[in-house]
Amino acid sequence: MKSLRSPLGTVAGLGSAKSGVHHWWLQRLTSIALVPLTIWFTVALLSLPTLDHVTVIAWMAQSWTALLLVLLVLVATYHSQLGVRVVVEDYVHNTGSRTLILVLLTFLHAFLAVAGVFAVLKVAFGGAS
Amino acid sequence: MRARPLSPHLTIYRMSRYSLLSSITNRITGVVLSIGLLALIYWLMAVAGSNREYLRAHEILSSGFFKLVYAGLLLAFCYHLVAGIRHLVWDTGHGLERTQAQKSTWIVVTATVVLVAVLGYWLFLAAGRAS
Repeated sequence: MKSLRSPLGTVAGLGSAKSGVHHWWLQRLTSIALVPLTIWFTVALLSLPTLDHVTVIAWMAQSWTALLLVLLVLVATYHSQLGVRVVVEDYVHNTGSRTLILVLLTFLHAFLAVAGVFAVLKVAFGGAS
Repeated sequence: MRARPLSPHLTIYRMSRYSLLSSITNRITGVVLSIGLLALIYWLMAVAGSNREYLRAHEILSSGFFKLVYAGLLLAFCYHLVAGIRHLVWDTGHGLERTQAQKSTWIVVTATVVLVAVLGYWLFLAAGRAS
């Protein structure tokens, strides 16, 4: 059978980069993980007797709390990054502003992820008082 | 550059179709939750900070404006959770027939209302306890 790819496309290496479903799949994977993580976080937060600093630190310093919070921060920021990326790609038509917005949103999400993990670990390792 | 053909955009669809309206709402609530992520990280950084920093953040985060924000986040979270689960079911290839999708939209709306009521009541109780 004759190949459907043009000779120029073959030479230039154009075509599938084998990453077609990567974004789609990760969006699903993170959403499945977020179902238990967000429910746990909501229930745990609402179950705290008060939200004063001592209570919150004591809660966050527990190993399981810290572990789940780190997972929540990482998965939620990644899911958010994947989600807003599609929204921007769909609705911002100007190539220049689209690229700029995507770059800024990626930086913002990286910053949020690192800040969140740093904060939880600092409390977990006894760095907050 | 030659203008390339684009797929039909938002305005061409009949938004009264339940599944479409409920699908775009899933997007909007997702963006709202992304904004809520800022508040979460701000709070986590405040917890990791000094006592004074936490008190200041606590004051800002318990202001009237943020109470409105939490109401919005609560709605967005409940909807996005329920509708997101339906999207996962759709991904398996089930429930895509028109009548099924319309029926599941009502299930999504009902489940969201119940979840908002339960969590909202709990939040109300927790807020009363904390103050």
